[in-house]
Amino acid sequence: MKRRSLFLNTTATMGFIFLYAPMIALVVYSFNKSKLVTVWGGWSLKWYGELFRNDQIIDAALLSFKIAFISASVAVVLGTMAGFVLSRFGRSRGKMILSGWISAPLVMPEVITGLSLLLLFVAMESAFGWPAGRGTSTIIIAHVTFCMAYVAVIVQSRLSQMDETLEEAAMDLGAKPSSLFFLVTLPLIMPAVISGWLLSFTLSLDDLVIASFVSGPGNSTLPMVIFSKVRLGVSPEVNALATLMIAVVAIGVVAAMWQMRRQTKLLADQE
Amino acid sequence: MSIQTGSAWVDGSGSRLAKYNFFKRINWGRASVFSVPTLWLAIFFFIPFLVVFKISLSESAIAVPPYTALLDWNAEDAYINLKLNLGNYLFLFEDSFYIDAYLSSIKIAAVSTFFTLLIAFPIAYLMARSKPSMRALLLALVILPFWTSFLLRVYAWMGFLKKNGLVNEFLMGTGIIDQPLIMLQTDFAVYIGIVYTYLPFMVLPLYSALEKMDMTLLEAAEDLGARPTTSFFLITVPLAVPGIIAGCVLVFIPAVGEFVIPSLLGGSDTLMIGRVLWDEFFLNRDWPMASAVAIVMLIVLVLPIMLIRNSQGKEETA
Repeated sequence: MKRRSLFLNTTATMGFIFLYAPMIALVVYSFNKSKLVTVWGGWSLKWYGELFRNDQIIDAALLSFKIAFISASVAVVLGTMAGFVLSRFGRSRGKMILSGWISAPLVMPEVITGLSLLLLFVAMESAFGWPAGRGTSTIIIAHVTFCMAYVAVIVQSRLSQMDETLEEAAMDLGAKPSSLFFLVTLPLIMPAVISGWLLSFTLSLDDLVIASFVSGPGNSTLPMVIFSKVRLGVSPEVNALATLMIAVVAIGVVAAMWQMRRQTKLLADQE
Repeated sequence: MSIQTGSAWVDGSGSRLAKYNFFKRINWGRASVFSVPTLWLAIFFFIPFLVVFKISLSESAIAVPPYTALLDWNAEDAYINLKLNLGNYLFLFEDSFYIDAYLSSIKIAAVSTFFTLLIAFPIAYLMARSKPSMRALLLALVILPFWTSFLLRVYAWMGFLKKNGLVNEFLMGTGIIDQPLIMLQTDFAVYIGIVYTYLPFMVLPLYSALEKMDMTLLEAAEDLGARPTTSFFLITVPLAVPGIIAGCVLVFIPAVGEFVIPSLLGGSDTLMIGRVLWDEFFLNRDWPMASAVAIVMLIVLVLPIMLIRNSQGKEETA
């Protein structure tokens, strides 16, 4: 028994080292003074300066943030609706169709999703004249489509864990369906909605393949710029960018954990 | 349980009133909550596959868009010409390049999925068996990379694996090797990249399966004289099967169609179908051929796995 738990601890620790070693190396080398990425030339913030002076990266980042913000917001509305249908509507053929469809974007290879959406946009343009050309709006449509699936799954699982008696009580007291949803259900599933929004924002910000298919000329998102840069080899500016992203995510995860801990503590105190 | 609205309760059946009520009974709020996301998915996720299928039957042409029309309206003698070109599909099966690409994608994805499972299992198991406070910390450690950029995580391995990268420096510094190993731009790097980036997708479903496990089963087995390895393979693994299947699907399908990892970490001879599709589309600008590659990939690789998964989901809910 003892020996196995030692074995378990060692293998799991190695798993975590595997998970973190490349990221730690990236962070450390982003502070490297030397232009040769793997030769250590002393600590420096030089590449962060270079990063903020690089207009191409800054413009692409602004575009990506805009796309991610809009996509996440639309995806949260559509995904919450879908999640609500899946867990609160009675059995029907329509619901079966939706429940079969909703998880498909989650596992579809990105190249297929990207190609099929692009061909749809081209066909639609020649049939109805919309969308005229491709750019920000087509990227947003594509991102909403796969992000809403993630939101639906999160919201659905939250709704199915939730106690239905509060909703039933509101119904007995004569609440209309709309006020029932906005005054009772929505506040209860808010944590799921927020994490769905955050996940959608991250996924949209990170997407390279689908955006490459459906974007037009002059609409390079941040991943597209990064990809074209790193394809030629390791770039110290990208190291600096990666470090900033890791820092933001780490702060977010720590904050979420702290919040969760506080909530469980509050609950424990109440009991 | 469904939320019912008032009007459904009050209508009498068989009367003329019922007919009138029919329109009132369609609850527009409910209907739109259902139809807006469903229509969105239909238009932007399912119809596109029909378009892809249509274009896979056309011919590549130097035009905008670069393919021929299937239907040709001839006004003079009032003929509609339907031209279906199966040439793309025939070419797919004649040219061994494409078949090799499909097979090698399956091989790479299968091997990587296996190693992902191997690395993920101890992590998930440790998480499921540790104390709640430790569990939250480990969960956060697994989720954190999942929230950081996929592209940048692949990129991190470029600096790690290259000829004068950290792995080689370390191995040479410790005297294990005296010549730098060529690791970047090989299939080996592709395996590492896939295992690394998809690890959280495997850990999370495994963890949720193992967390539900009743630990007293293991104690009972031990009391009855089972050795730890026996009870692991006869109790723990079978109970983790739903998690194993879910995790393998989540890793295998996207890995088969992976483009970023083989193009950044793989060599020019690393053949993967996602990359072939990309090159067919962006370099050769042969949209019909790219469509045919996508359709075959969909039918041969994605559809069977999704059907298996769906039937399993139904069994569980039944």
